Amino acid sequence: MKAAVIQFPGSNCDQDALWSMRNDVGIGAEYVWHEETSLDGFGAVFVPGGFSYGDYLRCGSMASESPIMQAVKGFANAGGPVIGVCNGFQILCEAGLLPGALLLNQEQKFVCQDVHLEAVNRTSMWTEGVDRVIRIPVAHGEGRYICDADALAELEGNDQVAFRYVGGNNPNGSVDDIAGVVNLSGNVLEALSVVHSS
Amino acid sequence: MVTVRVFVTLKPSLLDSAGRTVADRLQALGYSEVHGTRIGKVIELEVDLADEGRIDEMCRKLLSNPVIEDYRFEVVE
Repeated sequence: MKAAVIQFPGSNCDQDALWSMRNDVGIGAEYVWHEETSLDGFGAVFVPGGFSYGDYLRCGSMASESPIMQAVKGFANAGGPVIGVCNGFQILCEAGLLPGALLLNQEQKFVCQDVHLEAVNRTSMWTEGVDRVIRIPVAHGEGRYICDADALAELEGNDQVAFRYVGGNNPNGSVDDIAGVVNLSGNVLEALSVVHSS
Repeated sequence: MVTVRVFVTLKPSLLDSAGRTVADRLQALGYSEVHGTRIGKVIELEVDLADEGRIDEMCRKLLSNPVIEDYRFEVVE
């Protein structure tokens, strides 16, 4: 099993992710530059955080249209495991792999702190077996997850809310305290932070 | 060459937190008539010709995100 860590100009924590997958998880991991077009030989994809393309226009917007993202979409739609964290969350939303988008934090402050999350979905390949409440660090300026009422009802109804800020301690104003979502088949996870920085 | 001006704005239903800060500051500067500020983007395209279908496509594909934003454009000259 070898995981691809996608690198865009401006990616951040990509080295942590690679190191963590090799040393903590014990799987192979290689960088894949955003101009590549193939994920052949990879069994999982990690889309890291950072400030891809300088976050110009909208966070994640230009990265979502880069050549490798066409391959990531195909990989995800075929059931391949994909995780997007922080800017990776924004990129996967922009790529349309999950509903919604991320906006500037409600209080305009860059948030850098530990938060407690409740793992809501217990069945996806990413959240199965995760402790009910986990403590993780977050660091973001544009983490206010929003989606329209229909999409929200669908996420709730299909058990697609992966993580929720515990006890209303929502640092960015995300709708319904959502901190992470999974797709319908459970192979794509988007979250604002994850174990690689823990 | 033709200039096309694209206006991208956050959907009215969404809180524009940066805009709110600007409104607060304007009020603090004595402009008490200001009750709201919303910040958008103006993007000027220099194109060979103003093909409205293709410009609309650019707006939908990259320049705006339909989940959170509205757009309109005008051909300047």
